[in-house]
Amino acid sequence: MSDRFSAATRREENAGVIELAGVLDGEAAGAMTEAYAAAAADADRILLNFEPMTFMNSSGIALMVELLARARVEGRAVHAAGLSDHYRHIFEITRLSDFMTIHDDMASAVA
Amino acid sequence: MTTWTQTLRRRITRRTPDDAADPLPDSGQLGNAEAVAVEIEPNDPILAYLQSAPGPVELDALELDSVAVRDLRAAGVALVVPLISSGELIGTLNLGPRLSEQGYSTDDRRLLDSLAAQAAPALRVAQLVREQEAEARERQKMEQELQVAQLIQQHFLPTMLPQPAGWSIEAHYRPARAVGGDFYDVVERPDGRIVFAIGDVTDKGVPAAMVMAATRSLLRSAGTDELSPGAVLAQVNDLLHGDIPSRMFVTCLYGILDPRSGELRFANAGHNLPFLQTDDGADELRATGMPLGLMPGMSYAEVEHRLLPGQLLLLHSDGVTEAHAPDREMFGTPRLHDVVAGRADDRGGMLARVLSELEGFTGIGWEQEDDITLMSLRWEGQTAPVTAERVFPSRRGIEREALAWVAETVSGSGLAPARAESLKTAVAEAVMNAVEHGNRGDETLSVEVRVERRADELVVAITDRGGGRTIPITETPDIEAKLRGDQSPRGWGLFLIQSLVDTVRESSDESRHTVELVLRTDGGNER
Repeated sequence: MSDRFSAATRREENAGVIELAGVLDGEAAGAMTEAYAAAAADADRILLNFEPMTFMNSSGIALMVELLARARVEGRAVHAAGLSDHYRHIFEITRLSDFMTIHDDMASAVA
Repeated sequence: MTTWTQTLRRRITRRTPDDAADPLPDSGQLGNAEAVAVEIEPNDPILAYLQSAPGPVELDALELDSVAVRDLRAAGVALVVPLISSGELIGTLNLGPRLSEQGYSTDDRRLLDSLAAQAAPALRVAQLVREQEAEARERQKMEQELQVAQLIQQHFLPTMLPQPAGWSIEAHYRPARAVGGDFYDVVERPDGRIVFAIGDVTDKGVPAAMVMAATRSLLRSAGTDELSPGAVLAQVNDLLHGDIPSRMFVTCLYGILDPRSGELRFANAGHNLPFLQTDDGADELRATGMPLGLMPGMSYAEVEHRLLPGQLLLLHSDGVTEAHAPDREMFGTPRLHDVVAGRADDRGGMLARVLSELEGFTGIGWEQEDDITLMSLRWEGQTAPVTAERVFPSRRGIEREALAWVAETVSGSGLAPARAESLKTAVAEAVMNAVEHGNRGDETLSVEVRVERRADELVVAITDRGGGRTIPITETPDIEAKLRGDQSPRGWGLFLIQSLVDTVRESSDESRHTVELVLRTDGGNER
């Protein structure tokens, strides 16, 4: 199982995409900060792809809060795609979903 | 005798001179005589005439517009002696001309009259015996038909029921005298799933038994490859339609049960609804659809339900609910509901209990009106909780091993996938808390995880060495404050735990602290 966290970034038409892969927990903090910086470098819109993510815990949620707080200060819109039903539920109960636009999948997110 | 006068057919003895040389004819014929049948219509005036005639009647002298008189004359009858029993004309004694070729004398007539007076009651007795014999033959024919119907029926009912591990499956079938066309079937598929059906054919006797046999066979064959109960019923409905008499139809409840998970899927073609016995009573599981064989192209909605250990599913036919007490009161569905809802100590004794209630209700000597069929599927389950326990070293990242172990332990316990995911996340958070807070990062300590499966809840208990510690009451984290930077972005763990399971219990003593994550398995918080 590819549990090791990685956060590759790439540029889509109108967004900086961060591919969140593996386990998103406290250990991912450094990689997340770098990925955000890279994605935000040349795009106003951040698109997080959760499809390759295998696990996320409360520390991962804290990292998401940090990312949203930073994007808010910088006036960037945050989009998310590829969340499983379970994590979509978690994003709803934590209200993370109120502060980002959630798409069913990447195809609709970049459309 | 009315029956007798409907069509009066008597035998007449006529002399045949050509056979005079024949000394002893066979089979009860008298002398040189031959029996000729003359039929007398029930409305022929001769009957009224004979009924009131004072004695033997000479046909020659009789002036009556009667077909019978003509026929009798043509048959060579000269004298008709009425046979009267209890004032009713029950037959006649018909004589040809006297052998001496002289007319019948007064003495002859007196003799014949007294003979008739004695013969009439004897003939009446003979007639009665014959009628009774005919009735007995009719009864015997019906009895044989019943036996044929019963034979067909019994041949198509299972002799042995599958008994998957942890389950008790029972059936009871008692045919009414007239055999009502009930049937049931239970089959274990190669993959371990249990296919069951219960049904009732309208009508009784041999026709119902034939349709029952056909339906059972069609259901079995359709169920071999098809795993959707709705599709099986739709298929059998189309096959039956047009093949069975137009006023006949079949009600049927058809389901598939996974004995490992308790998962039940069923569809219903107009049959009585099944009852589910639960901890606090009984529920009727609803599913509706048209009976089989009435109309082609029907579809049948499927209902899913998850049975829990200790629960019982009861199927029945209307012979149970429509049984009558001597005062004509019907047993009824509510009464059956109460029997199922009543908690009984006798495990597995549900069918016996229903039958004994029914007997008490209908009274002794009850003539059963319809077939009675009952089937129960009980998940014996475990009275004692299944306990699995594992000790994990207290170190960062161990929560993912713990959640994998819990996921594996509860798999197959009938937890819906979304609930299992929620439990995994909650377990991971609780174990993280145990490592970081309870054991304060001391890697020489351990975290114990225990999984208990009770009748209606699944409990995962996580114990650390942080005795005397209590978990603060969690408020919903204020995400706005966190985003503004007024609060730490952290602090989601307890909130997640409490949001994802049904109940969180905690307990602690001096050295240990335990958090219990409880998921109700009776379908409570379905997320």
